[in-house]
Amino acid sequence: MARFIVRRTLSAIALIIAVSIVVFGIFEIIPSYNPARAIAGRAASQTTVNEVARKFGFNRSLPVQYATTMKLIFTGQVIDYQYDLNVVDQFRQRFGATLSLVIPAGILWLLASIVLGSISALRVGRVIDRALMIFAIVGVSIPIFLLAAVLLYLLAFKTNVFPNTGYVGISDPIQWAYHLVLPWFCIAVLSVGFYSRVLRSNLLDMVNQDFVRTARAKGLPPRQVFTRHVLRNSLMPIITMFGLDFATLLGGAALVTEAVFNIPGVGQYEAQAIGNLDVPPILVGAMFTGFFVVLFGAFADIMYALLDPRIRLTG
Amino acid sequence: MALDPLIMPGSATREAEVIPAEAEFNAGYTPAIGPWKLALRRLRRNKVALTFLVLFVLIVVVCLLAPVYASDVAHIGPNVGNITGTVNVGGKVKDIVTPQGLPIGPTWTNQYFFGADQEGRDVAVRLLYGGRTSLEIGAGATLIIIVLGTLSGLLAGYFRGWVDAILRPLMELIWSFPPVILGVAVGTALALGGIGPIKGNSLIIPILIIGVIYVPYLGKPIRGEVLRLREQDFVDAARAQGMGPWRIMVSEILPNAASTIIVFVPMMLAYAILLEAYLSFLGAGVQPPNASWGSLISDGIQLIDTTPHLSLIPGAMLVLTVLSINIVGDGVRDALDPRAQVRIKT
Repeated sequence: MARFIVRRTLSAIALIIAVSIVVFGIFEIIPSYNPARAIAGRAASQTTVNEVARKFGFNRSLPVQYATTMKLIFTGQVIDYQYDLNVVDQFRQRFGATLSLVIPAGILWLLASIVLGSISALRVGRVIDRALMIFAIVGVSIPIFLLAAVLLYLLAFKTNVFPNTGYVGISDPIQWAYHLVLPWFCIAVLSVGFYSRVLRSNLLDMVNQDFVRTARAKGLPPRQVFTRHVLRNSLMPIITMFGLDFATLLGGAALVTEAVFNIPGVGQYEAQAIGNLDVPPILVGAMFTGFFVVLFGAFADIMYALLDPRIRLTG
Repeated sequence: MALDPLIMPGSATREAEVIPAEAEFNAGYTPAIGPWKLALRRLRRNKVALTFLVLFVLIVVVCLLAPVYASDVAHIGPNVGNITGTVNVGGKVKDIVTPQGLPIGPTWTNQYFFGADQEGRDVAVRLLYGGRTSLEIGAGATLIIIVLGTLSGLLAGYFRGWVDAILRPLMELIWSFPPVILGVAVGTALALGGIGPIKGNSLIIPILIIGVIYVPYLGKPIRGEVLRLREQDFVDAARAQGMGPWRIMVSEILPNAASTIIVFVPMMLAYAILLEAYLSFLGAGVQPPNASWGSLISDGIQLIDTTPHLSLIPGAMLVLTVLSINIVGDGVRDALDPRAQVRIKT
């Protein structure tokens, strides 16, 4: 077990270093392009460009450039050029709003998938089962920002059921939730269909297993057989999928959802930076998201290995 | 020759392997039909998939005819504005853009069929040109994904060893970025300066970016499939006959992995078009003066409370297109019925 943890940690560290080199490479060693000008932004003056070139060490060798860039990021000295703000500070300040968006959305997504997937498996071939199949395929065909725009138009502008964008801190929980219901729904609903389909097929595979027959044979009530034996054993693949998707949620869905609903999180800051082609926030954001995904993956693998000894042998 | 002991065992096992599986596969049908023909038959019986296939082809044809529509029906180019002009709607003369800056909604006539945007450009014309851009990027990126994904999967899976040791971490690395984040990072970097002779606003840039990002999504499953196939007896037989590695890969392994690749084609096309929309929505995809469905939605979204048609019409086209690709893809997968579990994440 210790060997597995050490091996997995080392490969995660290697991957993190690779991620940082890739992001560094994207912005700084693409041929025929001046990295100082890119980082300083589209409308920068020559003095700003020279200043950036000096600060990031672009007149030095590549390894030195890399080391300088990493040092600037980790000591929090990177400045965006649109608003002249400290990028790492901005990330820190805005992280709360992003978590308020993605954590409840993730819980909603997982719970709804479990409920709908179970109902669908218990009612194979009935209306709800077929409806869920259509729901799943429609869900993977709609981009989140479009759903967000449509809901905003119908429920906030046309009928005023929900507030038209904005964000209220968690210190006022009712207003906080009221402002975030639509964004949560947008993030969750598109994935629920697909997740419940996967859970449904896992459940149907599980029903025919020997241990389920044993549980039934020893006289457990059907409800207990379902929740304790069938459902419990079918959840693992869903949770694995969710772990991966949740990590990417921070880097994708949160970005566009925050932009459309005007939630002052990390994603909105990133989206603004992209719109202005302001490179430093994008560079730092891409690097942190990459790190997060790698660490999340390693953590999940180690947790599974602790729970399920079979994984240690193959991983 | 047929009695050569070196060849016989291999081909015998191959026969023995294929026949029972195929018999089960063909249950209820005449045994003479090959698996491809059978799959086609099953697909032809799937009315829903066929309907959406027709819809998709229709969308593609209409989008490709964008220049014809612009010159012969609407008489206005995609980037030509007409803020001060008027348009005749059912006998009444109306401003294309009101003095308050509000563009006209759908007129349902030749000119400004879907209305105008705030610069007085014809939304219907821009919709078709935008669709052409979206579809071109999707198709180009899918081509890259299929070629590079198949190649890397084949090489890594067949040669293993050091080839795998190079390709696998590379795929793992791309895989560890959420596609939108990686696309945004590379997209903004290249939009600023272009790459080599390619200008920053060329369509080749989003095609390359999206193509490369999704390569591992095909490369990883193909690699797994090839790792499994290369241990099969018919590959041993081919090797015993003296076939070289390249010939084995092309004529023995590739045909057996073909159904997996085919299942991925519509899926990758759908994902490529969606990722393009995300990137263009954020401003890291197609750059002006080009427009795609994603950038049209993005342009319209600030005005959604007053002029919803600007974002909702391209949005509807985008969803209709991706939905029909996904439904056709589902039909193809059901028809080919590959045992491999196919799934990718956004």
